[in-house]
Amino acid sequence: MNSLDPRIQRAEPRLSRITEVQLPPLDHWPTYEVFVQRTRGGHAQHVGSLHAPDPDLALILAKEQYARRSQCVSLWVVPTEAILWTSAEDEDLFHPATDKSYREPQGYLHTRERLEKYRDRLKPLS
Amino acid sequence: MYGNLVVRPDDIENWGKKVHEEDPEKLAEFEARIDRGEKIEPHDWMPFEYRRQLIRLIEQHAHSEIIGALPEGTWITRAPNFRRKLALMAKVQDEVGHAQLLYSAAETLGKSREAMINDLLSGKSKYSNIFNYPAKTWADTAIIAWLVDAGAIINQTTNSKGSYGPYVRALERICWEESFHLKYGYDSVVHLATGTPRQRATLQDALNRWWRPLMHFFGPPDQQSIHTEKLVRWKVKLATNDEMRQQFLDMYVPKIWELGLTIPDPFLHKDPDTGKWIYTDPDWEEFWRVINGNGPCNKERLAVRRFAEENGRWVRDALRPKNAHYVTPLA
Repeated sequence: MNSLDPRIQRAEPRLSRITEVQLPPLDHWPTYEVFVQRTRGGHAQHVGSLHAPDPDLALILAKEQYARRSQCVSLWVVPTEAILWTSAEDEDLFHPATDKSYREPQGYLHTRERLEKYRDRLKPLS
Repeated sequence: MYGNLVVRPDDIENWGKKVHEEDPEKLAEFEARIDRGEKIEPHDWMPFEYRRQLIRLIEQHAHSEIIGALPEGTWITRAPNFRRKLALMAKVQDEVGHAQLLYSAAETLGKSREAMINDLLSGKSKYSNIFNYPAKTWADTAIIAWLVDAGAIINQTTNSKGSYGPYVRALERICWEESFHLKYGYDSVVHLATGTPRQRATLQDALNRWWRPLMHFFGPPDQQSIHTEKLVRWKVKLATNDEMRQQFLDMYVPKIWELGLTIPDPFLHKDPDTGKWIYTDPDWEEFWRVINGNGPCNKERLAVRRFAEENGRWVRDALRPKNAHYVTPLA
């Protein structure tokens, strides 16, 4: 192969001998999900996935792939298959079926009004 | 670095039947979600054609990143000084990193990374046409880092407003990293443009050779059809190829002229009435010839990828865990 790249010239004739490559499933290893904690005091956040043969290499590759420029104080990697998840398609799971205002701050908006209404009663009896 | 999704005429003919077989109720829900500006996540119901076109788009984008690292990578050993060498290595590493992010995003749609790479190596999947041209001199790397990355940023910023969550998230990160490439490229170009007459001549020569591939970069004028409309409706395609080309010319022609360089198209000018750039037809026959495998570097690019996969195989085999089984990445 006549190339402008000296490295390619050096790789000849081995390079031109390889005419077909078929990668079998899992040739590039299984996947890990990566989480980055960007600042002390912040949550670790999911940033993506990568392929790695084992957890140690997953951490090394995660550092290269997800923390080579951005701020990071801590990295987590988790085998994708270890994660249990609910699908975004089932997000209605998280919509309350009944009125749950009793567990929300917004359920307590009228406290002050009640106090104003009965203010007279709170005056000291003289 | 990537040009726009090219909707090929044969795709349009072979496409469509499945769309009409989709459950109309689910399709309406899906389209309403997109209309509301919400993102689609990997396990959501999605039309067959949405999935197919997105896999094709993201996969082509990933291949473009990994092949795009090659013409620039050629110059790492011959960079003019140590700082430029470090910067070029950082840029090439970014491009390969972008490929990894994009392969992961495409994998969430159900196609394994191995299957994508097999399709790249067999020539079944395409990548951005511009990387089938050679980087003959150091000035070529400056033009690539400035103008090819500028085009890629326009395209990627546009695509980052798309509807598929994992792709959008990958693009946000990629665009952030590309901003370094653009600054580095511009700095390299300005260095040559303000240098000796010989440096200026080398830069002009590089621009002359890259101008046509740059005009091809966003793809041929779109075929108007019901199917491109569908891709627009589903926020897979967010701007026409011509819209992005015009944006590129608007942003970069004045900057190129400012450097005292000549653009090798005497007909290029902005129509004062329409505000649109008018240019010589960049020979779309050549575009199709190159995309179909007959450009100056197509064979070399794929040969190098095959060589890399084949030579790394023993490392991957030695490290592969026993009893591993494949799970689709989550996001």
